[in-house]
Amino acid sequence: METLLNRYRNITVLLLVIFAQLVLIAVQVRNDQDVRMVRIWSVTAITPLARVLETVRGGTAGFFGSYILMHDAREDNRRLQAEVDHLKMENQYLKSEISTADRAKALVAFQARTQSKTLAARVIAAGAGANSKVVFLDRGSGSGVERGMPVVTPDGIVGKVIAAYPTASEVMLITDPEFAAGVVSQKNHVGGTLKGQGQTNCKVDYVPSEEKVEVGEWFYTSGDDRVFPKGFPVGVARVVRPNSPYQEVLVEPSGLEHGLEAVLIVLEGVHQAIPEAPAANAPVYLGAPPPAGGGEATIPPTGPAGTDADRLLHKYRQIGAAQNVKFGEGGVGAKVADFNAKVPASEGVQAEGASGRAGERGSGAAAASEKKTAQPVGDASKTGKPANGIAPSPAAGVPASEGVQAEGARGRAGERASRGGAAPDKKMSQPAGDARKTGKPANGIAPSPAHPLPRSAPPSTSPPQ
Amino acid sequence: MTESGDRFLVGNQREQVSRFRARVLLFVPLAAILFQVYVPRFFDFLGYLELPLLVTIYFALMRRSQIGGLFIGAFIGLAQDSLSIKQPLGMFGIVKTLVGYFAASVGLRIDVEHSVIRLLLTFFFYFFHQFLYWVLVRGLLGKPVSFEIQRTLVLGLLNAVVGVTLFHFLDRLREPA
Repeated sequence: METLLNRYRNITVLLLVIFAQLVLIAVQVRNDQDVRMVRIWSVTAITPLARVLETVRGGTAGFFGSYILMHDAREDNRRLQAEVDHLKMENQYLKSEISTADRAKALVAFQARTQSKTLAARVIAAGAGANSKVVFLDRGSGSGVERGMPVVTPDGIVGKVIAAYPTASEVMLITDPEFAAGVVSQKNHVGGTLKGQGQTNCKVDYVPSEEKVEVGEWFYTSGDDRVFPKGFPVGVARVVRPNSPYQEVLVEPSGLEHGLEAVLIVLEGVHQAIPEAPAANAPVYLGAPPPAGGGEATIPPTGPAGTDADRLLHKYRQIGAAQNVKFGEGGVGAKVADFNAKVPASEGVQAEGASGRAGERGSGAAAASEKKTAQPVGDASKTGKPANGIAPSPAAGVPASEGVQAEGARGRAGERASRGGAAPDKKMSQPAGDARKTGKPANGIAPSPAHPLPRSAPPSTSPPQ
Repeated sequence: MTESGDRFLVGNQREQVSRFRARVLLFVPLAAILFQVYVPRFFDFLGYLELPLLVTIYFALMRRSQIGGLFIGAFIGLAQDSLSIKQPLGMFGIVKTLVGYFAASVGLRIDVEHSVIRLLLTFFFYFFHQFLYWVLVRGLLGKPVSFEIQRTLVLGLLNAVVGVTLFHFLDRLREPA
């Protein structure tokens, strides 16, 4: 060591002296931000080292931390996975419960609505065999169930009881090949016999080829089989193939669409009407024809329009009329009206009133006017029509009565209709308030056949159109 | 290399080491510094003479001791810095320390009694001094100063000539062996 120092003594001393002077410079010199160079140099010299140390320390700590965390994370992952599995099962169970509750609710609603006497039952077992189309219900002869009773759901028929035991009953589903029931189509009332095929869809036999059955058409029980009361939904025609002598019609049973859990056993069936299919030529509301005689100026002007200029013009015309002065006639020096004179009383009141609430007085004026006036002035201010009492021309395409109904659609129809005077047509006598209740649009146009609302369609089996 | 050549370049170190009295080592540099800072006030052109550098080179060359040379350079440089208000202490100190060190290193290897050698060495060390100073000013102080090579070369030649003359007078201050 000593030899080494002796060998490099000169250069060592040189470096020491240089270094000392560098430090001296660093202590004195400041940069633009008034920071001493020694500080800058120190920071510059130290921070990279510190950064390296920190990187190494962070990496090491991170590595061990990650290792420990990974060790814990593996355990957490296992636990969370188990929890997720448990929650999935629970979620599935709850979904199933909700579905069951919804079906039970629908079942109760259907039970209350239908005229037939029914008994709610639950499916407790399916028949043995892979292709079995038989289920067991938890109600049997002890509950009044007898062999041959139909089994339905709010969605449609399910099958019929083929055996009644004291505490259970056996039901043959409509998909069973031995099942048969009389059905009739909703639209064209084409009768046929529904037969199971052992598959998802059922077949409707004995539909003559000349009868018209459309895909998507609903089939209902016809009641001919003396098992199912008339009017229960069966299913929708999915396939219609022309054949001779009978068409091939496949129906998708609606009663089995959502699975079988709860059903209704019809103890005493009551025939009910088959719901009418919405006709393509359903009546469409038509507005009243325009008033006779051109329909213009049927209401005498009762006052100026709403602007100040109009009211002033109206006032000056009245003054001119009272003083026998015709504006725009005569040369220089002709008689000039005294515009400071008071407006004649009768007209003045009207004019003043007109400048105020044309609408309120307008109803009275309208009442005094002809009964033909289909549009009261009182409504004019609210319907956006001119308050000067000039009825809109027929070319405007807004019949007065329609305007009344439109008002009614805004919730004031009944009262305005009565105020608005005689309705020219019976159709028009219907208050628009009713229109709102009946779901008709405010413009009085009946719902389009493309969007029918079957009056007694099954609650959850609205046929797809 | 011949024997005479060896003697010219290397020589006998023991024989060539010059000794100076302490007061010479003290007052000559101070006089040079005083000249550097005082005389140019009256004679601008004398400001181009770098007498402290010439003195540093001379003592470093003649003493032939690296440590002695660097300390002489550091001392003269720091003294010069201390009289220069505009620059921090250590700028000339570092430069002259290095000049003293390298001059002494050169003096160990070649015969510095020859005037031509002295002229060349002085010229070289002047250029080295100016260049190193420029580097330090730019590097440490961050000042955008320019380095004029031609001017530096001319002044280097001037200082070398003056230096050879000065060295001749300073030789008389050496103690006899």
